[in-house]
Amino acid sequence: MNKILLVIQREYLTRIQKKSFWIASLLGPILITAIYAVPIWLATQDKEVKRIEILDESGLFQTTDLVDKEVEFKLVNKPVSDLKGSFSKEGYTAFVHLPKDLLTHSEDIKIYSEKNLSLPLKSSIERVIEKKVRAILMKDAGIASEVYEKTQIEVSSETITVSEMGDETSSSSGGAMILAGVMGMLLYITLLLYGSQVMNGVIEEKSSRIIEVIISSIKPHQLMLGKILGVGMVGLTQFLLWIVLTIGLSQVASTFYGTSPVKQKMEQIKKGDPEVAKKMDDASPMAEVTKVIESTNIPLVVGGFLFYFLFGYLLYSSLFAAIGSAVESAAEAQQFTFIVMLPIILAFIMAQFTMQDPDSTMAFWASMIPFTSPINMMVRLPYGVPMWELATSMILLVLGFLGCSWVSARIYRVGILMYGKKITVKEMAKWLFYKG
Amino acid sequence: MILSIQNVVKRYADHTALAGVSLEIPKGQIFGLLGPNGAGKTSLIRIINQITAPDEGQVLFDGELLQPKHVEQIGYLPEERGLYKKMKVGDQLMYLAQLKGLSKAEALSRLKDWFIRLDIKDWWNKPVDDLSKGMQQKTQFIATVVHEPKLLILDEPFSGFDPINANMLKDEILALKERGTTILFSTHRMESVEELCDSIALINHSQVVLTGEKDEVRNRFKKHAYEVRYSGDLGESKAFEIISKAPENNSAIIKLAQPDQTNQAIAALIKQVDLFEFKDVIPSFNDIFIQVVGETK
Repeated sequence: MNKILLVIQREYLTRIQKKSFWIASLLGPILITAIYAVPIWLATQDKEVKRIEILDESGLFQTTDLVDKEVEFKLVNKPVSDLKGSFSKEGYTAFVHLPKDLLTHSEDIKIYSEKNLSLPLKSSIERVIEKKVRAILMKDAGIASEVYEKTQIEVSSETITVSEMGDETSSSSGGAMILAGVMGMLLYITLLLYGSQVMNGVIEEKSSRIIEVIISSIKPHQLMLGKILGVGMVGLTQFLLWIVLTIGLSQVASTFYGTSPVKQKMEQIKKGDPEVAKKMDDASPMAEVTKVIESTNIPLVVGGFLFYFLFGYLLYSSLFAAIGSAVESAAEAQQFTFIVMLPIILAFIMAQFTMQDPDSTMAFWASMIPFTSPINMMVRLPYGVPMWELATSMILLVLGFLGCSWVSARIYRVGILMYGKKITVKEMAKWLFYKG
Repeated sequence: MILSIQNVVKRYADHTALAGVSLEIPKGQIFGLLGPNGAGKTSLIRIINQITAPDEGQVLFDGELLQPKHVEQIGYLPEERGLYKKMKVGDQLMYLAQLKGLSKAEALSRLKDWFIRLDIKDWWNKPVDDLSKGMQQKTQFIATVVHEPKLLILDEPFSGFDPINANMLKDEILALKERGTTILFSTHRMESVEELCDSIALINHSQVVLTGEKDEVRNRFKKHAYEVRYSGDLGESKAFEIISKAPENNSAIIKLAQPDQTNQAIAALIKQVDLFEFKDVIPSFNDIFIQVVGETK
């Protein structure tokens, strides 16, 4: 037992002392913060207003009809051929040609531009034209413009989950999906990252030939266990650093936002138009995050994440260790790592579907089978999972880990002493049945 | 006996590495384990180190059945040896010493002694990558002996050593023997066997084919041959048979007709020639090795 602790200590300290560990620990939170901060910052930046010329042969439009936040329209009356040559020189992004019979042939509208028009710009132009054409058509059909204005409503809904006990929680489908996606992604990356670290550690010991000295002092399975636990603790340390640093950084970022011109600008917009302000509050990422936090069982999700990370990692890293033991170089390992990576990748792909429909039959089985359950159950968890399913999935994962580590330990003890032989999967299967 | 190997059998999927090997290794000796490549030496060494277990038979260490606690009393320098390349020399040796059961404080004080003794004090914080091959060999040797094992197993210890380091190693091995350590020493290099070993065992084709004390084994392979130097004309005699002649340095190898009848042979010789030298031909371990391995093919 003491010796396993020594191995854990060595594996942990040598990795913690590496520069790459600290770079990853620092860059992680900066990236996470940036992912949230950059869109907010961009959203509050003044956009460059695009200028568009409109050649209206139908004569239906007045300057007051052509209003848009991001686009400035100008009615012109020149021949198409002249406009083609002049619009870009005069600083216009595009010009629009509205035909005489616009009301009956609305598909004949043509937009001329120098470069391909961006989709948002195109839809801004179309929206403005559509609004006017629809109003005219309504009026022709005998519907008063006030009635038309009244029918312009937007539907938004609040989703509420009702538990068996009858408790109601305001939930956030979008938020649950974001949380599920983030956790699935995090598990996927860390399983691959730390699993391959274990494998490379095993290859290092074998190829540097220190392995024989070590296993004359400690049993191979103890060495393997120590290595896996040591690297796993590095993973947990990294999570911890990420969490602490992310919280720290977002504090710094929010105090910065608090006094910045960006914030002032947002306040101005809110004051100017109460409705816009309300929408901004509802749609802002922070509101969404707050909503997710309110509607999620945080201890369950955090506990679940730690459990599925730990056992998913133990399961996969033991398989990675077995592969490392059977080969002599990282290059040789590639053909085998694919066998282990395949279920992780498969689990990740399945998770994309699980996220769409967390109660489907596929989602159920994906969250039960030990190889795919860590990622898939984590994706389902924010949506709410029956207790018995969670418990079964956890028990199956632990059993799967025990099975995999038994197989791996038997391959490992033979593999680490095997040199100069090209190993096949069949060969590894034979090792399972070798005696001591 | 520090080690008593009793009828050990080890089979692998496609071959038998050890087919009923029995050996007694007395305390305080340097014991040479000889044999061609693939004879089973490394398999035997791995069983003694408890890296693998025998399929049949048993090993007694100091009278007790071999068990995990004994790894702390054994030091092992494998033929293929390495170190963690990125680790510092000091950290690495501390790790290996603690794995052999030393406490942190004990490991530190013993390692300090070794660093002073081998005059390598300034290596402690160097990463292994920066060491020359010779320096790495010294580091590996320290790792093998720092826990003061009762039994030291050296597999081809001199391979890759330059003459200076080889000499240092030889002196250290002899010093350890002085302090009562038993050294099991596996090698192909017969000159180091002649120089260092007290006893030997020769393994070939998974079996012990020869074992005993060095001088006793040599006597067993004596051919009752003598080297003579003389002047004159050496001819046939009833007392001996001429095996080879080298007229250019006036010498010849003769074999006695009757074992141990040296006086009769000398009497016969001095009748024919002026005799300058009459010397027992002692078989070298190289000759013994080749002969025995050839016979047991």
